[in-house]
Amino acid sequence: MEFLAKIFAMAIAAIFVQNFVLMRFLGLCPYIGVSKKLDSALGMGMAVIFVMTMASTFTWLIQTYLLVPLKIEFLQTIAFILTIASLVQLVEMIIQKTAPALYKALGVFLPLITTNCAVLGVAILNINEEYTFIFAILNGLFAGLGFTLVLILMAGIRERLERAELPRTMRGMPIAMIVAGCMALAFLGFSGLKF
Amino acid sequence: MSIILYSIATLGTLGVIYGLGLAFASKKFHVDIDPKIEQINEILPGVNCGACGYPGCSAYAEAIVKHSAEINKCAPGGDEVIANIAKIMGMEATSADKKIAVIHCQSGGTNNTFFRYKYHGIPTCKAAVLVSSGPNLCNYGCVFQNDCIAACQFDAIHLDENGMRIVDKNNCTGCGACVIACPRNLIELVSIKKRVHVLCTSHDKGAVSRKVCGNKTACIACSLCVKKCPVEAIEMQDNVAVIIYDKCINCGQCTDVCPTSAIFDPLKEVRAKKKAEAKAKAEAINKQPEEQKTTEILEDTK
Repeated sequence: MEFLAKIFAMAIAAIFVQNFVLMRFLGLCPYIGVSKKLDSALGMGMAVIFVMTMASTFTWLIQTYLLVPLKIEFLQTIAFILTIASLVQLVEMIIQKTAPALYKALGVFLPLITTNCAVLGVAILNINEEYTFIFAILNGLFAGLGFTLVLILMAGIRERLERAELPRTMRGMPIAMIVAGCMALAFLGFSGLKF
Repeated sequence: MSIILYSIATLGTLGVIYGLGLAFASKKFHVDIDPKIEQINEILPGVNCGACGYPGCSAYAEAIVKHSAEINKCAPGGDEVIANIAKIMGMEATSADKKIAVIHCQSGGTNNTFFRYKYHGIPTCKAAVLVSSGPNLCNYGCVFQNDCIAACQFDAIHLDENGMRIVDKNNCTGCGACVIACPRNLIELVSIKKRVHVLCTSHDKGAVSRKVCGNKTACIACSLCVKKCPVEAIEMQDNVAVIIYDKCINCGQCTDVCPTSAIFDPLKEVRAKKKAEAKAKAEAINKQPEEQKTTEILEDTK
């Protein structure tokens, strides 16, 4: 029971309280770039969830069984980037062969997130927070979910803004920036939550 | 010193392992892609309009190669694209009948339309028609929120000086995006060869539709055109005349009898001019001998 409670607390923390985009400000590039349409936002979100979970798993293993025993933790960033990049490449190949429909849905997003800072961020945070193996994987999953949630919310708002009567100077990127700011403020409200 | 060695060894081995793994995977999970698909995909216009019935250009390219779909379905591409696809596939080009959009409402624009109220809501037609049957008095006509213009990727629908929507024949590719966008179903794809159209879709009784149409061009279902048509190509369907394009021969006789000019014929002026010329010629021929006679008589008298 305590285990489940811990997982729940971690989910709330990763999705809302320490949201990757709006609280940690990681992965802002796709947050602005891929949030124009709901469909592509969903595709990107799914790809990020997938890659973050996979990356958490493998980077934790590399850190624990390779870097720590050899006392070369300072190579963390390079080793993680290398791992994540080749992992994404491998996953892309496997998906293309086994699930063409999923490959088409994820499309260009898979290679795009190879070096996304949010993915590297979740890998390094897992190590810094000294999570166990299971929790590291779950943290990756929840971080991806939080990212997807924010991306979809943003896409929904921006799709509606297309129809809104805005002053000419505010159309497009300026209003998107203002919305992003408002969303960050709203998510700041979660920061009082503690478990 | 040992740390440097460890670092080099670790990263080196990691790199080699990943590299070998990826090389092995690329062999094992190799997917054969027909180069024809790529070639056809490059030829297609790439606007993903969906006129072919497939979700996007690349899906259509794949369908042509893998499932031998018909090659003449790309409306925006036209004959040129069909010919190029035929070249790649080693098939004979079968030209498709080019279709363009026809808007079946000559609203006369915002200036000539009677309104129930002034609409200030969400600026789309789909929203406007929901507010007590739309802002204009005619329950079937254009509501002027430009969904069709927004849907058109080819800049083929313009406003005339009165604010009426006009389809640009040269730009329209017949993709059908506006047909789907119009919530009042005013737009239809018709072969570019057919020139005469009934530009009204009002199913109201004649007296009502005449009253609510600000442009005075409503079809009042008088059936004169049905009687006049030499090839029986016009039918009365639920209080509006409908041209059956398969039978229509572009003679334009219906335009002459229509009391409200609901039937539009772009060739009307050309026809009138030709008629006048023919008449003048006939008269000239009739006159000529008389003139000759008179001159002969005059010469005789001399």
